[in-house]
Amino acid sequence: MGFIKAKYNAPGGVHPAYHKDLAAEQPIVEMPLPASLVVSMSQHLGKPATPTVKKGDSVLRGQVIGESAGFISAAVHAPTSGTVKLVAPVATAAGPQATAITIEPDGEDTWVEGISPCPNWQALGKKEIVEKIAAAGITGMGGAGFPTHVKVSPPPETEIDTLILNGAECEPYLTADYRLMVEKAAEIWQGALIIAKALDAKTIYVAIEDNKPQAIAAMQEALPAEAGDAQVVELKTEYPQGAEKQQIFAVTGREVPAGGLPLNVGIVVENVGTTLAVWDAVVNGRPLTERVTTVTGGPVAKPGNVLARLGTTTADMVEFCGGTSGAVAKIISGGPMMGFAQADMSGPTTKTTSGLLLLGPESVHAYESMPCISCGRCVGVCPMNLMPNELSQFLEAEDYETAEEYNVMDCIECGCCAFECPAHRPLVQHMRRGKTQVMINRRNQ
Amino acid sequence: MTAVIQTAITIGGAGLACGGLLALAAKFLAVEEDPRVEEVNEILPGANCGGCAYAGCAAYAEAIVLEGAAINLCAPGGAEILNKLAEATGQTAQQAEHKVAIVLCGGEVEHAPRKFDYNGVADCQAAHSTGGGDKACTYGCLGYASCARACPVGAIEIINGIAKVHPDLCISCQACVKTCPRKLIKMVPYARKIHVMCSSKDKGPAVKKACTVGCIGCTICTKLAEDEAIKMEGFLAVVDYDKDLDNDTVIEKCPPNCIVRI
Amino acid sequence: MLDVIIALVPALLVSVTFFGWNALRLTLACVITCLAAEALSRKAMGRNLGIDDLSAVITGMLLAFNLPPTLPTWMAVVGSVFAIVICKQLFGGIGYNPFNPALAGRVMLLISFPVFMTRWSEWTIPSPIGMDAVTSATPLGLVKTAVTSTGALPFTFDGATMLQLLVGNQNGCIGEVSAAALLLGGIYLLIRRCITWHIPVAYLATVAIFSGILWIHHPQQNLPPHFHLLSGGLMLGAIFMATDMVTSPVTKRGMLVFGGGCGILTVLIRKWGGYPEGVSFAILLMNAITPLINRATRPRVFGAPKGGKKQA
Repeated sequence: MGFIKAKYNAPGGVHPAYHKDLAAEQPIVEMPLPASLVVSMSQHLGKPATPTVKKGDSVLRGQVIGESAGFISAAVHAPTSGTVKLVAPVATAAGPQATAITIEPDGEDTWVEGISPCPNWQALGKKEIVEKIAAAGITGMGGAGFPTHVKVSPPPETEIDTLILNGAECEPYLTADYRLMVEKAAEIWQGALIIAKALDAKTIYVAIEDNKPQAIAAMQEALPAEAGDAQVVELKTEYPQGAEKQQIFAVTGREVPAGGLPLNVGIVVENVGTTLAVWDAVVNGRPLTERVTTVTGGPVAKPGNVLARLGTTTADMVEFCGGTSGAVAKIISGGPMMGFAQADMSGPTTKTTSGLLLLGPESVHAYESMPCISCGRCVGVCPMNLMPNELSQFLEAEDYETAEEYNVMDCIECGCCAFECPAHRPLVQHMRRGKTQVMINRRNQ
Repeated sequence: MTAVIQTAITIGGAGLACGGLLALAAKFLAVEEDPRVEEVNEILPGANCGGCAYAGCAAYAEAIVLEGAAINLCAPGGAEILNKLAEATGQTAQQAEHKVAIVLCGGEVEHAPRKFDYNGVADCQAAHSTGGGDKACTYGCLGYASCARACPVGAIEIINGIAKVHPDLCISCQACVKTCPRKLIKMVPYARKIHVMCSSKDKGPAVKKACTVGCIGCTICTKLAEDEAIKMEGFLAVVDYDKDLDNDTVIEKCPPNCIVRI
Repeated sequence: MLDVIIALVPALLVSVTFFGWNALRLTLACVITCLAAEALSRKAMGRNLGIDDLSAVITGMLLAFNLPPTLPTWMAVVGSVFAIVICKQLFGGIGYNPFNPALAGRVMLLISFPVFMTRWSEWTIPSPIGMDAVTSATPLGLVKTAVTSTGALPFTFDGATMLQLLVGNQNGCIGEVSAAALLLGGIYLLIRRCITWHIPVAYLATVAIFSGILWIHHPQQNLPPHFHLLSGGLMLGAIFMATDMVTSPVTKRGMLVFGGGCGILTVLIRKWGGYPEGVSFAILLMNAITPLINRATRPRVFGAPKGGKKQA
C-alpha cells in the first residue's frame, strides 16, 4: 500500500562512498541560541532581500528584516529577538558578498506579534496558501534555494498534476532530510497536502533512495487517508537521484525538456525540508527562522543533525557538535559533491545549508590536472548525457559558441564527471565558468 | 606509344576541365565587395583586437566605409594610421588621447596573503567564483593571468603574483578590461604616471588585514595633491586622470606605500 | 597506467619463454628508448609533464610486442623514437595523439623494413607439448601464401593446433603469440576498470561473425573463425591496442562501432589485402575516424526531443 519501486532510472550516475552512518542515527537536536547570528540577505536564488532594519534596531523573532526584492526573491525574518549590531556585506557560501544583518540575541526569543496558527488549513484558498508561504520567506531547502511561493504559483495556463517530495538525499554524508522523514513524517505529509492543494496536484509521490529503509517505512506508515493515491517511491541508490530532472524521470518517466522547468511536464518537486517548513508556516503561522543541518565529517567530534537558527555560524555549529578532534583540511557548506568549499568557519547558516562537512587531511587531496585521455568515463556517468570531456576542452580554449552547441547550459553541475575523471580535471569548474560566460555573451548580444 | 598519348590526353584533359571549373567559379561565385572597404582594411593594422568595438579590422573597415564610423577608434594604429585613414576616407584626423591599461592592484605575493589553497582551473573568473577567490583581499588581482591571455600583443605579464601591464606595449584595445572579473584594469592616459595601486573599497582596518600595501583611506594624499587630483571615493583614494598630477610627495607620504610612479 | 603494464606481464612472460633473450632485448630496447624519447622531447618542448605517468612504458611494451623476434635492436629503437616523437609528442603529448603510437611505430617499421619485419625463418619452435617444429612464417603468413598460390588452405586445423595457438606456441611477433596470456591481461584490465568490454567484444565478435560467414561459404579457402580469433595480432590488438583510450571513441555506442569497424577491416585485409595480417592497419584506420564516430554517436541530451534531429 502506498509503495512502489521506481520503474525508470535516469542516465549516468555514480556511487560515491556515502558515509551516512556518521550522523544517520543521531536524532535531531535543537541548538541553544548562539552569542550572535549573521543573517544573510541572499539565502535564496534570485535577488537578495532588501534590509528593512538598521544598526541599533531591536527585532523580534519572525519579524521581517529583509523584504523580498523582486519576483524571484524571498523575505528574510529575524531568527530570534535581539538587537541589530551590524549591517554589512559578508561573503555567501558560494563566494560573492551580500548584505548580512548581525543580531545579538536577547535570550528571550520573543515571537513577533501577529503569529496566528491556522490548524484548519483546508479552509484556505489557493491564493491564501501561496501568500502564507511567501510571507514566511520559504525557499527550497535542498540546495538551490528557489523561492517556494514562486514554485507553487505556476502560470495559470500550466496544469500541474503531480507533486514529488524529494527525499532522495543522494549527497554523501548528509542525513538531515532522512532524520526529518523519520521524525516528522506526519507533518511532512500535511505540508505535502497543503502544497498539493495550492497546485491542484492530484498525485503525490515521495521519492526516497533505497538506502534509507527507515525513512521509507516512516513515510509509508504516516501516509494520511486524505492523501488519496499518494505513493512512496523507492529509488535506486545512486548519485544524483535527488537532482530534479533525474528524479522526475525516475518517478514518472517524464523527461523535462532541455532548458525547461519541471512544470513544463506538469510536475513540481519540493524538498521534504521545504515541505515541513510550509506546514510550519501555514498551520503554525511561523516564518522560516530555523532549519535542520547535518554537521558531519571525520574531524567533527560528535556528528549530528542540528536544528539551528538561520544565521548560526559554522564555528558555533561545530562547537555545539563537540568541536573538532583532529586537523580540518576542508570546510564544505552542503554535501561533498555539490557543496561550496569555505575559507573559514565564519560563514552563516542559510535556508539552503543542508549540511556542514568538515574533512580531515586524509580525505583531501590536491591534484594536478592532467590532459584528457578521452577515456569517456565522464560521458558514461553524466546524468544529462553531455560530453564533459569535449566541453572542458572547448571551455579551456574559451570557445564558448561550440560549448553552447554541445549543450553546456544543460549541465546541472552535479559533479559526477569530475568525480570519475582519472586525470583529475576540474570539469565542473569549467562548466560553471562556461555557463557564466555563455550567459554573459547572451546578454551582450 | 598510344598508352603515352592516352595518358597525356586524360591527364591534360582533366587538368583543363578543373581549371575551367575554377575559372567559372571565380567568375560566378565571386563576392561583390566595395573596393574602398578593401583599401581601408589594408590600412588597418590587422591585429583584430576588437578595441574599436567591432568584431575585427575587416568589420571596422566596413563600418568606416559603409556606415561612416569614426576613424579614430583604432587605438593600436596610432597617429600614423589615423592620418592614412583620414587621407583615404576624406574625414579629418581627430587624434584620440593615447590611453593604456593599468592593473590597479599592488598586492604582490608578500603583501597580500591568500585565505585558502585554490586547486582549480587557473583562470581568474573561475578562481573569483570559488569562495570569492583565494586572495584574502576580495578586490585585488588574483594573478591567474586571464588578462594576460586575453591580451593580443602580450603586454601583460604576471610578476610576483599580480598582473602588470607594460605601457609601451599596450595597444589600448581594452580586451583585458573586459576580461578581469574584479574590474581592476582601467584605461589611463599614457602621459599620467602616478597611480594609486589599490582598488579596495573596504575600510582601513579591513584593508590592513588583507594587504600591507592597500589604500587605508587616510586621505593624506588628497590633501597633498594639487587641484584635487586625488579624490576619495568611499574609503579609496582615486586619481583623477583629467588633472595634472606630478607630485612626488604623495608617493613619499602615503603610509601603506600604495601610490607609485610607473 | 600501471595496471596496463601489469596486464601485459603474462604476455611478456610467455614471449620470454618462447623467444628467450630476443623478447627481452626488444622489450627493453623499446621501453628504454620510449622513456628517453619522451623525456627529451618534453624537455625540448618546454612542457613540464614528467614521464611518471608511465604511458611511454606502455607504448614501448606494446611496440615491442608487435615486433618479430629477430629484428635488429636499432630498428626497434628507430620505431620507438618514431612512435613517441612523431606520433605522440608532436601532436601535443599524452591525450592529443590521433593515432596509437605503438601501432604507428610498428607500421612505419613494416613499411620501411618489410624484410626484417616479416622474417621469422631463423627461429625454431621449442614446443612445450613434445614435438619440435620448424616454421618459416607465421600461421597467417603460411595461409596467405598458400591461398594466393594454390587456392587452398595449406593445412587443417584441429584441436591440437588450437591449443598451440592458445598457449602461444606459434610464430609471430613476440607479444602476440599467446592468446591465453593476453586474455588473462584483458580480464585484469576489465576488473580494474581500465577498459570496458565494448571495444574488445565488438571487435572479436565482428571478426568471428564475418570470418564465420566466409568460412561457411567456402571452407576450403577460408580460415575458420576460431583460427582467426587466436592467430596473428588480433587478441593483442583487440584487448590492448584498440582499447587505447586516447585514440578510441568515448561513447559506448561509439566504442561498439569502433570495434565493429576494426573487425571488418581486419578480416578484409587478412582475406583480400596484400598483407597476411591486418590488425595494425585496421586499428589505425579506425583511429583516424574516431573523432567522426564521437560526433556521430553523441548521446541525446537528457530532455532533448527524442528521435528529432540532433542538435548540431
